[in-house]
Amino acid sequence: MIQHDVVIIGAGLAGMRCALEACKELDVAVLTKVYPSRSHSGAAQGGIAASLGNSEPDSWEEHMYDTIKGGDFLNDQDAVEEYVKAAPRVIYELENMGCIFSRTPDGKIAQRSFGGHSKPRACFSADRTGHAILHALHEQLMKNEKSVKIYNEWYMHSLIVDGDRCNGVVVSNVQTGEVEVIQAKAVVFATGGYGRVFKITSNAFASTADGVMAAFEVGLPLEDPEFVQFHPSGLYRQGILFSEAARGEGAYLLNGKGERFMETYAPSRMELAPRDIVARAEQSEIDAGRGVDGENCINLDLRHLGKERIMERLPQIRQLGIDFLGIDCITDCLPIQPTAHYSMGGIPTDKDCHVISDEKGTRMNGFFAAGECACVSVHGGNRLGTNSLLEAVVFGERAGKSVLEYAVGIDHGNVNEGQEKAKVLEKFEDIYQRDGSESYNDIRDAMKEIMMSHCGVFRDEEKLKVCIETLKGLQERFKKGKVTDKGKLFNTEIYEILELGNMLGMAVIIAGGALERKESRGGHFRTDFPKRDDENFLHHSMVFDSPDGLVIKKKPVVITKHQPAERTY
Amino acid sequence: MATFRIKRFNPEKQAEPYFEEFQLDVPEGATLLDCMNLIKWTLDGSFSYRMSCRSAICGSCAVKANGHALLACQRQAAHIVDNDETITLEPLGNMKPVKDLVVDFTPFWDKINKVKPYLEPKDAAPEKERLQSQEEFLLIDDSSTCIMCGACYSDCNVLEVDDNFLGPAALAKAQRFVGDSRDSQTLERVKALSEPGGIWDCTHCGECVERCPKPAKPFDRIKEVMTVALEQGVHNNNGARHAMSFFNSVKRSGNLNENRIPVESMGFFNIPGLLSLLPVGIRMFLKGKVPPIIHHSIDEMDDVKRIFKELDQ
Repeated sequence: MIQHDVVIIGAGLAGMRCALEACKELDVAVLTKVYPSRSHSGAAQGGIAASLGNSEPDSWEEHMYDTIKGGDFLNDQDAVEEYVKAAPRVIYELENMGCIFSRTPDGKIAQRSFGGHSKPRACFSADRTGHAILHALHEQLMKNEKSVKIYNEWYMHSLIVDGDRCNGVVVSNVQTGEVEVIQAKAVVFATGGYGRVFKITSNAFASTADGVMAAFEVGLPLEDPEFVQFHPSGLYRQGILFSEAARGEGAYLLNGKGERFMETYAPSRMELAPRDIVARAEQSEIDAGRGVDGENCINLDLRHLGKERIMERLPQIRQLGIDFLGIDCITDCLPIQPTAHYSMGGIPTDKDCHVISDEKGTRMNGFFAAGECACVSVHGGNRLGTNSLLEAVVFGERAGKSVLEYAVGIDHGNVNEGQEKAKVLEKFEDIYQRDGSESYNDIRDAMKEIMMSHCGVFRDEEKLKVCIETLKGLQERFKKGKVTDKGKLFNTEIYEILELGNMLGMAVIIAGGALERKESRGGHFRTDFPKRDDENFLHHSMVFDSPDGLVIKKKPVVITKHQPAERTY
Repeated sequence: MATFRIKRFNPEKQAEPYFEEFQLDVPEGATLLDCMNLIKWTLDGSFSYRMSCRSAICGSCAVKANGHALLACQRQAAHIVDNDETITLEPLGNMKPVKDLVVDFTPFWDKINKVKPYLEPKDAAPEKERLQSQEEFLLIDDSSTCIMCGACYSDCNVLEVDDNFLGPAALAKAQRFVGDSRDSQTLERVKALSEPGGIWDCTHCGECVERCPKPAKPFDRIKEVMTVALEQGVHNNNGARHAMSFFNSVKRSGNLNENRIPVESMGFFNIPGLLSLLPVGIRMFLKGKVPPIIHHSIDEMDDVKRIFKELDQ
């Protein structure tokens, strides 16, 4: 049995920032199913928010209000306040560590505009901000290699819990197939999102709900799973991200008739309205037959920005357009469409990153979560662009501090190694023994298709019911899938099957939450209930498992400074 | 139908790798990675490779296609293989194959670790950010785009014969800090990078620049480190002496004095080093390959002088 003081699952921004904090006094393991530099945080392009005021005067109060209004007033405001107050400090720390940032003429960190933010607040490194921060944190882990052990290409299967305490995880080494138990005083999940359940998504192949489902499977609830963000600018068909920074720099959105249609939907903020509003506007135009050439896409027009600005501020994404669509945005419009991008929901935590096990906020001992997999909730019903990198860094650090507070001076909990290992080995064996009459690929495609069409930008009761029924059918078919590779060595097929199982479970939870929430708020839009309903739904959904299916309870929203108001842009 | 000729290897089953062919209708707009996924998901689930982001930023899916390393997600399949053609996929070079297209990245990361790949700031952290001009930012902008995909490492000609070479990715990563106005260890860094296995072992073939899927372009970064090393006076090594001898020879005569360069590169007082040149010299003499003892300048020395004068300015 492997033993560490702390094991962190996931080596993106949240996981690595947490490790840097926890390793000050504890022996830390970071486990990633890829490599740290391959984490999906690196795909974030446009920026990280903080009220530095380097371009225009700004304040944490304004950042707080923008975040809450952007989240359609579902955010827990006590958490938001601490989060936006911490923002400038954590960004200066990143810069001091060595992270590179684009600069203002006087040498300060440059900042630009972003959707839903009333001030230019996005600190950026050209158009690869996530990549710059990810590598800066990885550099710091390499510097601290004596106190942080990184397990590259290891997969986390399940949590080990004993009553209300978490004592470790069961994992396996992808390269060798060996199953191992890691006993730890504290477990931190920083496992990211689950956008892969949708057909069109900006997410990496690795974003598959492993962490959230491992939590759900030990009886913990998931919070607000129905809130999934669709990003307005996914490259047509592939869905990969074309940064909101393009609009931050001044790009237009045009429908098939060449009209700047945002005038109808958000006249004051236009293309820089929050993502949920822009994505819905795009989908409405497409659904009304005003897509480009009758296709499911609209145009992003950067041409008036000029070659020089595009090359200075957006060079990487210009290259993406050329590589993936053969279109150079200096001379031509880019076809884009809404793409599943970010999960506002996740494993419920308090603002100190302790995972909570019920709607009353009871802490689970020794279990922490941070970043996209967690739901604090600082984003409420819709996250503003550049707030996710900030969340990962702020709450990664807080998780590290909470772990130090919790784990220094305590002993390891009891773990029955044989029993825990056996459960995972049985899972492998079960997959190998299936009759093989179904194709996992077909099941995955069907899941992605139904989630996109029935649980996507626009939802209604009938569609959601069909969606859930379809998913349950797919879960049955999943039990009969065909395996080709029964070897132990670098068996990517078996891990894709495990991931698909997690995604099917998560898809049911997303659709279940969406069915229960009979209102429209933030990223969740019900065409049969198109208005926000504060009287009945100003609460977080807490989705629990039960023998009779999903049970959804209510958790109150923490409102401190800003009473819910009408949300117009 | 395009034919994908894929190098397969599973040490659990076979001792040696072999090629297997798959026929695939390449869908419109598909990337090479999309094709690999179609093969895995519809033809043979045991086909193994790494992938994650699909948008050329995570660096997972570098493979060799038709003999050269590239990022599979970044290339439109139609650009590299037509429907009646064959494309050959192999694992990256200079690293040990693990299974099919998966290779062992351990030596790659070990070498990244060797260049102290982190900022060593000049002073204690200030209250806010350290100031850096946009011009200073631009000095490290390109090297910071590296995604650690290993394409340069795979196709590096030096690594093929010398395991000790740090390789293009690690040297580009080194430039990221050598060039950083906030770093305090410039001299120590270029000293370490001038040791055997470092910058001067690069043969300037430029293969890494061709293979790099990002603006990182390692050889361009290596040249920047070389320049800093010379500027910082780190001359006491064969590489630096060779570069200076080369420079001086061209400055003096417009061409290379091939008798003088090896001696100057070795160093006049480096007796064991000079003695080690003797056997090669003797063999060259016996084969009639020794350059003329008296070295002549080229006729157009005025042009050479003009060029050097402009360079000085």
